[in-house]
Amino acid sequence: MAIKVQIPTPMREQAGGNADVLVEGATVTAVLADLVAKHPALGPKLFDNGKLRPYVNVFVNDEDIRFLDDMDTAVKDGETVALIPAVAGG
Amino acid sequence: MLTPIPMLTRSVRLHERNSPFPERVCSVASSDFATGLKCKLCGKVYPKSPINFCTDDFGPLEVVYDYAGIREVLHRDKIEARPRTMWRYRELLPIDGEPTVGPQVGCTPLIRADRLADAIGVERLWIKNDAVNFPTLSFKDRVVSVALSKAREFGFRTVGCASTGNLANSVAANAAQAGLEAYIFVPSDLEKAKILNTSVYGAKVIGVHGTYDEVNRLCTQVAFKYNWGFVNINLRPFYAEGSKTMGYEIAEDLGWRFPQHVVVPMAGGSLVGKIYKAFEELHTVGLVNEKPRTKMYGAQATGCNPITDCVKSNRDRHKPIRKPNTICKSLAIGDPADGYFSAQLIKNTGGWAEDVNDDEIVENMLLLARTEGIFAETAGGVTLAVARKLIEQGRIPRDEEIVLCITGNGLKTQDCVAEAVDRPAVIKPNLDAFNEIYDGVKEAVLV
Repeated sequence: MAIKVQIPTPMREQAGGNADVLVEGATVTAVLADLVAKHPALGPKLFDNGKLRPYVNVFVNDEDIRFLDDMDTAVKDGETVALIPAVAGG
Repeated sequence: MLTPIPMLTRSVRLHERNSPFPERVCSVASSDFATGLKCKLCGKVYPKSPINFCTDDFGPLEVVYDYAGIREVLHRDKIEARPRTMWRYRELLPIDGEPTVGPQVGCTPLIRADRLADAIGVERLWIKNDAVNFPTLSFKDRVVSVALSKAREFGFRTVGCASTGNLANSVAANAAQAGLEAYIFVPSDLEKAKILNTSVYGAKVIGVHGTYDEVNRLCTQVAFKYNWGFVNINLRPFYAEGSKTMGYEIAEDLGWRFPQHVVVPMAGGSLVGKIYKAFEELHTVGLVNEKPRTKMYGAQATGCNPITDCVKSNRDRHKPIRKPNTICKSLAIGDPADGYFSAQLIKNTGGWAEDVNDDEIVENMLLLARTEGIFAETAGGVTLAVARKLIEQGRIPRDEEIVLCITGNGLKTQDCVAEAVDRPAVIKPNLDAFNEIYDGVKEAVLV
């Protein structure tokens, strides 16, 4: 069992063309660290000076992590983490 | 019995054969001055394409123009000779060739609001009234006509949007006129009038159990999966430019000058910045000599106030609102895409932001209606109530020129004021019955 990270289309080139990547980790921080370890080209896309870029939103099981514990949000095996660009709507 | 009319085949070619645009509108078009897209964060430049964010840092993209070229060809007399629609500023909009959707949009009235000015104790007050914008009675017709013209340029046959209502109405109507298939995603608890005013145009309406932000997230995922033109997702850089026309019109109707204060309702936070961008562009291309010194003010409902809270708390970034709770559903975006930029712009221009509660919204919808004869939707009540608050706070001086932006029509949000207005008296059809009411002898039977 692992955690599924959904990769948006513009990041798939850096994720080996995959729409989903299976990773390990108990928190969002750990999950994204494992994702970047598996696909290092995603690092600069997701992070700037070690901080998640402001226009990338992260959802755990469809819930925005800003309403949970942000990067410390707990993630369990079998759950889904979605990365979604924030510039939309209005 | 009437013979059923077969459904029109939704075909772009139908329009190409039989353009709905009168020759005079088409003659407005000229060579394209939009040169590309640029990331607002890192400055990376992209060719014009249906993409809304930078692939390096996910920052928003904005249209770049050849202002020197525009300055050479665009003059006041040229604009003034054109039809009174938003396309009279066509060189400053990102359309290649002819605009093909929304030929009659824009150029709504700028009204000198003297009775309202007296009521709230200010000297010079104007209302930019997009409650009567064509065809769907909100400022969204401006952005949609640009976005759908662009959608047809890119070859999309299906378009869509995530909406709090007004955008849904506009995409549905303009898509019908353009012969495009439309998928409209809205929160399922939206006002009935806004849902009906979308379905009537034949659009496929999907009510989503959730907030606008959840609808928006779903649409972003749908946009990645299907090759559709979502006006406020992959067409967003072009779409947002349509809002500038509100600013051009304000300046032109004031005699090619800028007001001192503009109060704007905020949902996603784009409009307030685009109006100011319009003022800057008019100066850049030489249509207005002085630089804009307008102070921009943002208005939200207290039940969904991420941007006003950001300004008032002097935070760098807005804090999203998880569950908006206000009667003003058209402004109920808890995580506004332009939250950061609108808050920065408001502060940089020397303006401010405020929010008001639902009672204040209703009170000010009625005040606007009863002083100026304008029935605005709830967002109009927000804008007026916030303007009054800012005036009371001394942030907007009473003796300076103020423009209030009214962005939608009250016919769409009637339920919000239904309990606040007198119900009609019902009487027998004779003079005595009326006299009894008029003289106050007998209380009217209420329906």
